[in-house]
Amino acid sequence: MALLADTRVLLGKELRTEFRSRELLTTTVVFILVVVVLFSFTFDPSAGESRRFGPGLLWLAFLFAASLMLQPCFLREQNNDTLSALRLSVQDPFAIFLAKLSANTVFLLLTEVLLLPVFAVLYNVHVLGVFPQLVLVLFLGSLGVAIPGTAFSAISAQARMRELMLPLLLLPLLTPVLIASTEATAALLDVRPELRRDWVGFLAGFDVVFLTALWLFGEYLLEE
Amino acid sequence: MLKSIVNATVLFILIACTAYLAFHYAPVEKSMGIIQKIFYVHISCAFSAFVAFGICFYANLRYVFTRQPKADWLGVSAAEVGLAFISVVLVTGPIWAHPVWGIWWTWDARLTLTFVLGLLYVSYLLLRTMIEEPDKRALFSALFGIFAFLDVPLVYFSIRWWRTQHPQPVILGGPGSGLEPRMRVSYLLMWGALTGLLILLLTARYRLEALRASVEELRREAEVR
Repeated sequence: MALLADTRVLLGKELRTEFRSRELLTTTVVFILVVVVLFSFTFDPSAGESRRFGPGLLWLAFLFAASLMLQPCFLREQNNDTLSALRLSVQDPFAIFLAKLSANTVFLLLTEVLLLPVFAVLYNVHVLGVFPQLVLVLFLGSLGVAIPGTAFSAISAQARMRELMLPLLLLPLLTPVLIASTEATAALLDVRPELRRDWVGFLAGFDVVFLTALWLFGEYLLEE
Repeated sequence: MLKSIVNATVLFILIACTAYLAFHYAPVEKSMGIIQKIFYVHISCAFSAFVAFGICFYANLRYVFTRQPKADWLGVSAAEVGLAFISVVLVTGPIWAHPVWGIWWTWDARLTLTFVLGLLYVSYLLLRTMIEEPDKRALFSALFGIFAFLDVPLVYFSIRWWRTQHPQPVILGGPGSGLEPRMRVSYLLMWGALTGLLILLLTARYRLEALRASVEELRREAEVR
């Protein structure tokens, strides 16, 4: 219970910090927009091709954006020398991770939902009919990105060349998330939309595995 | 020093002998022909690489819980040696695949897993070069190593569901699988020889890391004085 209470307070802090400036959200939205538009120049998609390649391109753009967006998550605490204070303020250090990864999931999901209509227009796909299912896939996928992403942002904050290190550590590890969420999204955007329970289950499994790992090893990630 | 030279010489002779057996004692495979000979090296190296990454995972866990520098030395040695073996797998694989499947590369479950595994451990070694302080370097790379190893089964199953082209396991694949007896002898010998090579490289690299650590310590002592 103390864990949840601490998490709620810290999550409030993360969300407040971001919504005061909205720096992270605006830059990420623009970044994804640029990537999605640039992708469409590399090939001239017909309707069928859009349905085939669109979901993959979209998730790739999300993954690249996330690997940049997760950067300041721990770096900010380090630059302001607030990490020790943060650790002293909670009973269980897992609360810090839980709050940060929830905030990151919210930010990612928000940018994705904002960009979905733009993507639908640019790539000629129908998203309205399957919107709830699509949000479920986006949520599980974003959680899968945010859990290892938050952990690795604590690692890369300690390294030189951290701006390059985080994508390098994170992107190969996210191969399963990329495959599962691309397949699930592609099935939903198909001519006959279908919610692929196997891939949704796989994404949920991925989230559980890494959440457990973070719960077990999180406290070591905060050592200075 | 003398001991390791003797060990290396013995191992070299053993590998040369098993290579001879693979070419002249084991029969030529019926459908693939002479190219199948690469199987002996390919599979044995893949096995050694997976063992090395398993050792790396064990060392990483051990470091996080005990904080002994020895566990860190073992971790980095195993990752480097594993990467060497996996490079051999990634080079011999396409050489074998091209005449048999007609393509150099395909995004099949085991190929992709091997490739992603290689990338993950390259990242592990890169991360180590980017953190100066030895204790921090050991701890954070160990934590990354643990996460990376947990990812391995997930990568495998995700790509397996996605698509697969690799042959079904030949050696322990249930009924209908199995090797011709002379092939089995050659394979087991090559497997033994390359496991020996793994142990030899691992111990040599471990000793090097231990020496490096003591040099670093001496240098720091000299600076303090």
